[in-house]
Amino acid sequence: MATIENNLFDIRTMDTLASGNTGLHRLDPRAKLITTLIFIVMVVSLGKYEISMMIPFVIYPVAMVVGADLPVFYLLKKILIVSPFAVLIGIFNPLLDTQPLLEIGRVSLSGGWVSFFSILIRFALTVGAALVLICLTGFNGVCMALEKLKVPLPFVIQLLFLYRYLFVLIEEASRMIRARSLRSFDSGRMRFKVFVPLLGQLLLRTLDRAQRIHLAMLCRGFDGHIRVAKPMTFGQKEVIFILSWSCFFILARRYNLPVIFGSIIEGFF
Amino acid sequence: MSHHIVKADNLYYTYPDGTMGVNGISFTITHGESVALVGANGAGKSTLLLHLNGCLVSAKGEIRIGDYQLTPKTMKAARRSVGMVFQDPDDQLFMPTVFDDVAFGPMNLGLPEQEVKDRVILALETVGAAHLKNRPPYKLSGGEKRAVAIATILAASPDILVMDEPTSNLDPLSRKRLISLLQTFEHTKIIATHDLDMALDVCERTIVLHKGEITADGPTLDIFNNEDLLLKSGLEKPLRMQEYKPILANLKKKTHHHDHDHNHHHHH
Repeated sequence: MATIENNLFDIRTMDTLASGNTGLHRLDPRAKLITTLIFIVMVVSLGKYEISMMIPFVIYPVAMVVGADLPVFYLLKKILIVSPFAVLIGIFNPLLDTQPLLEIGRVSLSGGWVSFFSILIRFALTVGAALVLICLTGFNGVCMALEKLKVPLPFVIQLLFLYRYLFVLIEEASRMIRARSLRSFDSGRMRFKVFVPLLGQLLLRTLDRAQRIHLAMLCRGFDGHIRVAKPMTFGQKEVIFILSWSCFFILARRYNLPVIFGSIIEGFF
Repeated sequence: MSHHIVKADNLYYTYPDGTMGVNGISFTITHGESVALVGANGAGKSTLLLHLNGCLVSAKGEIRIGDYQLTPKTMKAARRSVGMVFQDPDDQLFMPTVFDDVAFGPMNLGLPEQEVKDRVILALETVGAAHLKNRPPYKLSGGEKRAVAIATILAASPDILVMDEPTSNLDPLSRKRLISLLQTFEHTKIIATHDLDMALDVCERTIVLHKGEITADGPTLDIFNNEDLLLKSGLEKPLRMQEYKPILANLKKKTHHHDHDHNHHHHH
């Protein structure tokens, strides 16, 4: 339970970071969202053995972190927390794909290991970029950008409400868990027999709350549209931001920059 | 200004699960009146409040808000003139920031952007929460949430304020601030509450509900002086009107442990 509450606190930390005031923070959320999406598509579409081509992509998250003065270790920790998923996805690759592919000194790496690492790197890059986006714009900013980009409104409203009531729901759940643990003296573990009604109870409470919120919205003239008065300005800065980063991503995706770079340097000697 | 009148005529409502909500309720509240709705838990206060802007529709009887009878057709107009503050501010504050939340009502009224802004700032200043405007609602304290919840209603400039337990879960000072705030409002007010001391401060008229029926309706002070009536309705006099009766057991303990203090008192 302590971990639930800590994670809750962490989500709030991201929102606090988003209220910063650097040039990157002030950029229109749409520009950051589009750039991040292009970044993710480019990284994900890289071949599974092309580790060297992934290296240039590190520049984008690093530039954002440095430019917006974001806490590096905090972000790394976040990436590490979710990394088991990526490990799980790639863990069987070394067993299935044993063909030697790379030789470093006397050690030969099989294709499986290379693809395993490429999954890890792509994972770290994409999750890192997404985290940076949230830290720069805040979750609500991202939602507003989605709306302005003509993503269907019900979808955006879902996301907004999910984020708003996540805290209320988690607090409710942790109160119930606390109440249970205070009265179960025998063991710390929750038995299935207790867990199921607890979950059902939570669902019912959630439904009740949803109904009350809907009433509160109706009382204030809700008619299916959420209107937010927040002017967004998509100017020259935003266009330059998107175009320059996209050009870089496309270059890095099309050509193996480290190899070209290496051969240029080799040419000098 | 007849449009500030709230009139209930013989209302009946039973919940789908068979629980009785209200059982034949009639009253008329005129312009500018401030009415407390008191009664034990489950007496039907909240059910009645939900009828006042059509959140619940009675099985029998009718509600009139101003000149119209409340029907699905007039619902929108009624909701414009009746502003409802819910008991749990978390139900009421659903937007990402305080500003957006207070702006929600005026935006739905289709007001121009500048007027929305002016109204939001004015409403927040009225409740003393202008400094909170960029904060997300979940980060506010209980008292701040309540203040903002009231601002969200004020921003739509209703004629009639309906509140469910406005002073619950507030610390003594926040409660005091809220009471002085409520005293400044010139709206017609209908306040369901267990806080009879607040009712004494804010409302000149009180309606007592018991098991879905009205057992008394009259000047607040008269009703709170009628101990039989209060007891029958599951209530007691406001604490301020009760005599202080020291609890003997506590006094004994005190004499026992603090002999000194006790003697001291005797000297005076």
